[in-house]
Order: sequence, then structure tokens, then C-alpha cells
Amino acid sequence: MFWKRFKKNKLAVIGGILVFGLFAVAIFAPLLAPYDPDIINMEQVLQSPGAAHILGTDDLGRDVLSRMIYGTRISLSIGFIAIAIATIIGVILGSISGYYGRLIDSLIMRLVDIMLSVPTFFLLLTVLAIVGPSIWIVMFVIGLTGWMSIARLVRAEFLTLKEREFVQAARSIGASDARIIFRHILPNALTPVYVSFILGVAGAILMESGLSFLGFGVQPPTPSWGNILTAGREYMEVAWWLILFPGIAIFITCLSYYILGEGIRQALDPKLKI
Amino acid sequence: MLNYLSKKSLELLITFFGITLVSFFLINLAPGKPTDAVSDLNPRMTPEIRAIYEKQWGLDKPVHIRYFIWLKNFSKFDFGRSFSSDSRPAWDKIKERLPITILINSISMFFIFLIAVPIGIHSAVKPNSLSDKLTTVGVFVGFAMPVFWLALILQLILGVWLNILPVSGIRSLNYENLSWINKIFDSMRHLFLPIFITVFGSLVGISRYMRSTMQEALSQEYIVTARAKGLPESKVVYKHALRNAILPIITITGLSVPGLISGSVIFETIFAIPGVGQLLYQAAMARDIHVIMAEVVIVSILTLFGNLLADIGYALADPRIRVK
Repeated sequence: MFWKRFKKNKLAVIGGILVFGLFAVAIFAPLLAPYDPDIINMEQVLQSPGAAHILGTDDLGRDVLSRMIYGTRISLSIGFIAIAIATIIGVILGSISGYYGRLIDSLIMRLVDIMLSVPTFFLLLTVLAIVGPSIWIVMFVIGLTGWMSIARLVRAEFLTLKEREFVQAARSIGASDARIIFRHILPNALTPVYVSFILGVAGAILMESGLSFLGFGVQPPTPSWGNILTAGREYMEVAWWLILFPGIAIFITCLSYYILGEGIRQALDPKLKI
Repeated sequence: MLNYLSKKSLELLITFFGITLVSFFLINLAPGKPTDAVSDLNPRMTPEIRAIYEKQWGLDKPVHIRYFIWLKNFSKFDFGRSFSSDSRPAWDKIKERLPITILINSISMFFIFLIAVPIGIHSAVKPNSLSDKLTTVGVFVGFAMPVFWLALILQLILGVWLNILPVSGIRSLNYENLSWINKIFDSMRHLFLPIFITVFGSLVGISRYMRSTMQEALSQEYIVTARAKGLPESKVVYKHALRNAILPIITITGLSVPGLISGSVIFETIFAIPGVGQLLYQAAMARDIHVIMAEVVIVSILTLFGNLLADIGYALADPRIRVK
């Protein structure tokens, strides 16, 4: 049923194919990249796109296409892991909040309000500046500041689901709270989580590229789309290709995730609101 | 009404202390001290001098004591001095930079609503029309677009290649010699790109939100009643539906402040605008924790104030809220 509805949505299918394609690029990067992304060649500095270097070279003569192919690995994994962290936190806090209600619910919801009022981007920059940026810390802090909407979604599902008969049935046969939460209610509450996970990946990729752009994300020489762009900014006036292509890569990746996520949303439940 | 507002204010006060608590501990417990930047690079630095240095900045006390000291000073609006070479009070540095950031964000907010609300209404009233489909595509494009990249591309095309807009700053070099009308024109030219970028960044989210609240309002029974009694469609849409659909948008206004200010960090860095966003970037680069903490607090106050205004607006517009 899900597949039937999903396949009807041509745009979403294209989005799905693109996302799979990007993962393939990330996995097979060493096979696809025409050059070693880290090899410096001072005789080939800032070459414009041409036959030898399809997307040109950067200020150290490195091949932009190869660096972008390797950068796919960073962007995809950061997006994925950061949102996985956010989802785990959001699901746990949302479940507890929705299931137990009362004091613990108001405490958790107040924490959500606090996190939503903090300019999280400020905190991200601050923590990265103090701790020193690394891929793991970037993933972790994006995850830590992105769980609030998922917690709210899960809590809302729990509030209605916990009143249902199957929960009462489970409780009457003496199932523990943990069992009721994780085995009975949670599987039924996950539908909006799938969708917000996929949409969240796109958001995290954008966030990482923004942080890298400001110099707080993945550090060179490791190539990421954001830091290729930053390095290219200095040479923007003479080497437009250094900023054009990484931006297009970020844009297409996020667009694919969004249309895939929207397609899944419509196929799962057309009335679902995220 | 008074009851409702005092309850809201109390909630905001608690939220505010939560914010200061979370950010203070996050900033201060992260490994690395702000004095490291000076002491690590100095070959003559001994542990004794380092200790004196840390004591001078009050970094020798345990973190929870420092939080209470921070709170006490905060009550006098004293955020401590900047760790940078000018050692100015953090609040002074922020104060002089606040107006330009608030100005750009307020103008942007005005345009966001001016554009997003009609788009949202239109695509809700005429679903599946060409313009609705275009809006849907526009929403995806807008969400997926890295805004800082768009800013760079526009800077390159309009500022460098076509040379029709200034690339950075808020004033031309000859600003002082211009007549007042040219001064306004000069500022407008400088602010065009930052405002365009800010509007672009938030436009899609709010128009999409407007579309969904409007759709919801239009599916209510009172709309059926209004149509059944023969009211013209324009009255049904603009009087009956819109009044209810616009309410949630007021709340979104309050919640969109952190996003707007976060955007300020990026576009102020790109366009070299001397606002609080640029200051935060510089402070973060220099691990200037007093300035960072002051920035987080000031921006949180702005956000909470935005929320309070939104709550008041909501209560004024919707009698159900104030009675309850």
C-alpha cells in the first residue's frame, strides 16, 4: 500500500533515486574520483573547468570534482548521525513526557521551550569555538540542539495512544512501563518520526555547511562541501567555480531529501503534519 | 487578561533563568579556558603567572560559584569585560551594535509578512492551481537552499560582475558628504542584499505555515455556514477564515527571532555589517566568553520579549485566550 502510493509520486521517486545515488557516490568515492583529493599541484593552481579538471582546481591545484566526491562522505554522514542523535534524544524524552505526564511532562516541555528560545546556532558556534571543531563534535552538537520538534511530535502521539484499549490491555496483564512504552506505544508513534528524520537530515547538512563555511565545522584538509566553499571565497572573483559547485551539491542533496521526505509523508499518511 | 499575562511573564522568567543556566554551564564547562589563547602562545608563561592570570579573570573559582557571581553582576547589567585586547565591557560592545541588527531584522520581518501571508492565503484558497504548485516548488527550493551560498553568489553577480550593488559594509566611503536623500539611497543600496537574504531565508517557512492554517480555517463548519448564507467568497475568505488563520502566525513571529538572529551571524559576516552577529563570530573565534555569554543572554531576552509580544497579540486577537 505504502509502495503503491509512493511510486505514484514521480518527484519523490526521483528524490529517492538521487539520495541513493549520493550514498553510492560516498561509498565508491575512491573509484569515482579522477584524482587524489589531497594531492597538491602548484603548476595547476586555480584552473577553470575544462577537459583535464571537469570542475576546475582550487588554490592549491587540487581537483575540485575529486574533493567534492570525497566531501559527499562528510556531508552525508554528518547529516545522518547528527539527526540520529537528535532522534534518539527526542524519542526518549517525548515518550517519557507523553506517557507519564504531570510534573515530568511539564519539566521536559519547559526544557523544550528553553531550547527553542536559545539561539542554538550561537551555542553551536560557542561550543565548537571552545572545544575546537571536529567531525564528531559537530555531529554531537547539531544532534543536541535539534531534538525538540521530534520530542514534541512523539509526545503528541503518546498523549492520544496511551488512552487506547491496547495499552489498557497491556497494562491489565501486568506489562511494565518500559515494555508498554517501547513495545506497545512507540512502534505506533513512529510514523511522524520517519518523516521528520529524513527532513532533519537535510536541515543538518545545511547546518554543517553553514558551520563549515564560518570555519567552525569540518577542518581542512578533510574536504567538506562547506569548507571547499569557504576556501574558495577568497578567490571568488577570479575562480567562481570554487563557490558555485559545492553550493549546488548542497542544494541538490537537501532538495532530494526534502522531496523524498515529503513523498514518504504523503504515502504514509496524507493528513500527517510535520 | 492580567492573570493570563502574569502567568505568561512568570513562565518567561523561568525560561530565562533556564537559558542562562544551560548556556553558562555549557560555555564554562567546555574544555579550554579563554585565557589559554594568551597563555599557550607565550613561551615565558609559568604556572604561577597562569594562576594569577586566571584569578584576575575570576576563573579560579568553581563553576557554580561563578554562575552566582555572574547572576549578581547581571542584575546590574554588568556582563564582565571582553577578553580581547580592548578589554571593554561586553555590554558596551553589544549596545553599539544592536541597532543595525534590529533594524535589518525588523525590516526583513515586515517584508516576510507582506509577502508570505498573501502567498499562503492564495495557495490555500486555490489548491492545485498553477500558483499553488509554484509555491510548493518554491518552498522546497527555499528550504534546500544554503542561504549563505546564495548570499555569496548574489554578492559575486550583483556586486562584482555587474557592479550595481555595494559588496559589503553599511555605508559608502563618501557617506558624510552626501545630501540626506542620497544618504538614504546609499543605505538602501547597502542593506538591499542583507535584507533580501534574510527575507528569502524565512519566507518559505512562514508562507507554508500560513497555507496550512488557512486550509484548516477554510475546512471549519463556520465557513460552510458563511457560504450557505450566501456571503460573497471574498468575505468568507478574508473576514471569516483569515481572522482565525492569522492567529497562529502571531506565535510564529515570536518563535522566529532566534532563527533570524542566527541568520544575522552568517550574513553580517559575509557582508561585513557591524552588528551583533558579526561580534558573536569574532567573539567565538577569540573564545571571548564574557562577550559570548552576554550575546546569548541579550538575544534570549529579545526572543522572550518577542514571545511575550506574540502572547499579548494573541490574547488581544482571541478573546478565548484571555477569558480562559
